[in-house]
Amino acid sequence: METLTYRDALNQALREEMDRDDRVFLMGEEVGVYQGAYKVSKGLLEAFGAQRVVDTPIAELGFAGIGVGAAMTGLRPVVEFMTWNFALLAIDQVVNSAAKMLSMSGGQITVPIVFRGPGGAALQLAAQHSQAFESWYAHIPGLKVVAPGTPADAKGLLKAAIRDNNPVIVLEGEMLYNRKGEVPDGEHLVPIGAADRKREGTDVTIVCHSKTVAPALKAAEQLAGDGISADVIDLRTLRPLDTGTLVESVVRTNRCVVVEEGWPRYGIGAQVVDDIQREAFDHLDAPILRVTGADVPMPYNKQLERSAKPNPARIVEAVRQVTYTA
Amino acid sequence: MATKVVMEALSPTMEEGRLIKWLKDEGDSVATGDVLAEVETDKAVMELVARGEGVLRRKVVPAGDTVEVGSLVGVIGDPDEDISALVGDGDRGEGGTAAATTPVAAAAPAAAPTPATSEAPAPAGDGQRVKVSPLARRIAREEGIDLRAVHGSGPGGRIIKRDLAVAAVGASRPAPATTAPYEDVPLTQIRKTIARRLVESIGPIPHFFLTADVDMEQAAAARTQLNALEDGPRISFNDIVLKVVAEALVRHRDCNAWWQDDCIRYFADADLSVAVAVDDGLITPVIRGANRKSLRDIAVEVRDLAERARAKRLTPDEYTGGTFSVSNLGMFGIEQFTGVINPPEAGLLAVGAVTERPVAVDGTVQIRKRMRITMSCDHRVIDGATGARFLQTVRRMLENPLAIVW
Repeated sequence: METLTYRDALNQALREEMDRDDRVFLMGEEVGVYQGAYKVSKGLLEAFGAQRVVDTPIAELGFAGIGVGAAMTGLRPVVEFMTWNFALLAIDQVVNSAAKMLSMSGGQITVPIVFRGPGGAALQLAAQHSQAFESWYAHIPGLKVVAPGTPADAKGLLKAAIRDNNPVIVLEGEMLYNRKGEVPDGEHLVPIGAADRKREGTDVTIVCHSKTVAPALKAAEQLAGDGISADVIDLRTLRPLDTGTLVESVVRTNRCVVVEEGWPRYGIGAQVVDDIQREAFDHLDAPILRVTGADVPMPYNKQLERSAKPNPARIVEAVRQVTYTA
Repeated sequence: MATKVVMEALSPTMEEGRLIKWLKDEGDSVATGDVLAEVETDKAVMELVARGEGVLRRKVVPAGDTVEVGSLVGVIGDPDEDISALVGDGDRGEGGTAAATTPVAAAAPAAAPTPATSEAPAPAGDGQRVKVSPLARRIAREEGIDLRAVHGSGPGGRIIKRDLAVAAVGASRPAPATTAPYEDVPLTQIRKTIARRLVESIGPIPHFFLTADVDMEQAAAARTQLNALEDGPRISFNDIVLKVVAEALVRHRDCNAWWQDDCIRYFADADLSVAVAVDDGLITPVIRGANRKSLRDIAVEVRDLAERARAKRLTPDEYTGGTFSVSNLGMFGIEQFTGVINPPEAGLLAVGAVTERPVAVDGTVQIRKRMRITMSCDHRVIDGATGARFLQTVRRMLENPLAIVW
């Protein structure tokens, strides 16, 4: 096993898939000469040339559309958005073109494209640049959505996304790029649609993904000290959702807390709660609670921003409520 | 225009009522406000009055039956009026002034005089729905636990999984067989209310304890004399206690009983469960009809049962189905302790050691052989004074052992 940063794990994934299949190419703002705003594409221009690592103008709708067209005609583009905040300008191509084409063409036209980039809040980037768009894309039939929380999952899921024949949204995290973790050697693929148990436990299921995996594990550690054993499930893929793993866990623990970075109303957690209450109703000993970002545009003020994000203390508090140990 | 007579909520906490006596017969003419029947609520005997006029056409519920509040009890109407729609279906009869005069909407079918027990969301004393987590509801259904008897420790009194772990200890045990003759006495409303509230407040079995300090001088003297007899078994203090308890139970039937959820079963004979410590725990072999056995027979039988209990040679019918328990830790020098009731029995006597202690007798201090006995009572069955009277008899008989043969 090699210890890599999340950033380098993504870089490996791109490099390996571009080596493996010459239809794969990368395009986006500053991905070539500047080697990516977050250096995910470091060294790729040098390795694969300007025809396969394409710097675009600051025109998200335009290059997203070029990507969709390229995918429809047989290439396998990876489109990088500098952040998902800017992808709002391109969402028509993602939702109306990429997601719909297979269905509207009666199965004749596939769109094997990956849209990727960092989402969610970083530090003091204020309301317009601190948004978690998981539920926006996970809402759309025709898209797949993955949100890895570790370097190994980032590499394995990006490779699986590039090989998938459907449009796949890869939600990365600016605050995750420097996080280190072990990545299996050799070919490492993580199947889309499979959640992962990050910690085994018996008293409560903590559901998390992407940036909330770390605080969930930290909370689980703290709870273990108090004799509460948490089963930590990392969703990894948001669409399609791995309901089976969630239900299997809740049937054992009887209690559940769902953590996400996004806003509470109509969020990812709302869907998780819906699946669990329907599939595991008779196994619930407490209402399922959610820990989410605050229901406000992200404040710029440092203290306010901190209190608007999910953190281990809030997760612990929710677990104490559902286990009746508050 | 027919009027339904329904069981009305005659007290704020009433959920069902027992129709004790009809005061009108079918065919009697009835005016609004006339007393139709006497009803026993959870608190008192109340009057059920007519809410319409005509003649009492039908008594749907016979005297003695218990029905839920809102159930159809009878019908008032014109002498020749067709009331089949009302009587045939208690749920749908919207005849005449019924809807206007009876506040309770749906009536239970009159053919079901006893309230449903297990699955329906159980109403709490304040008329609110009992809150139960889905998991706890499923477990209760599977294990046959009556949720109305469970205290909820969750928010707003919600019953959660851990509350059932407590309840299961008392509730889910199957009723053992017994050979003693018995009589099932239906629970009165006040008895039901006491039972429900005590269980809610304390636990599956609402224990309380009564202790008596007994002078054992005469019992000791009798024992010495008996043990001086040739070829008899050695009589222990415990054998004497067993015999006395058996006699006292026959005289105080209200302590010789099982709690049966829907009734209290009073026994005519005392089948004594005798706690015996074994290597891996405790077992309670039963002396059947101890009141009809001699002290000598009891002494022989206890030794046999205890020996076979330690050798694990007892058959199930030898250690189940007692009517009252006796537990003695005197041989360990324990002077006084409290025992846990062995359900469905309603009582247990915990017997301490016989020790010499200074006591005041007729104004002087004397050294006397004394023994402390503590009775554990299931308050659903035995009230304080009931237990105290039984214990008083036990003490008097121990202090004057001749009473055994009286």
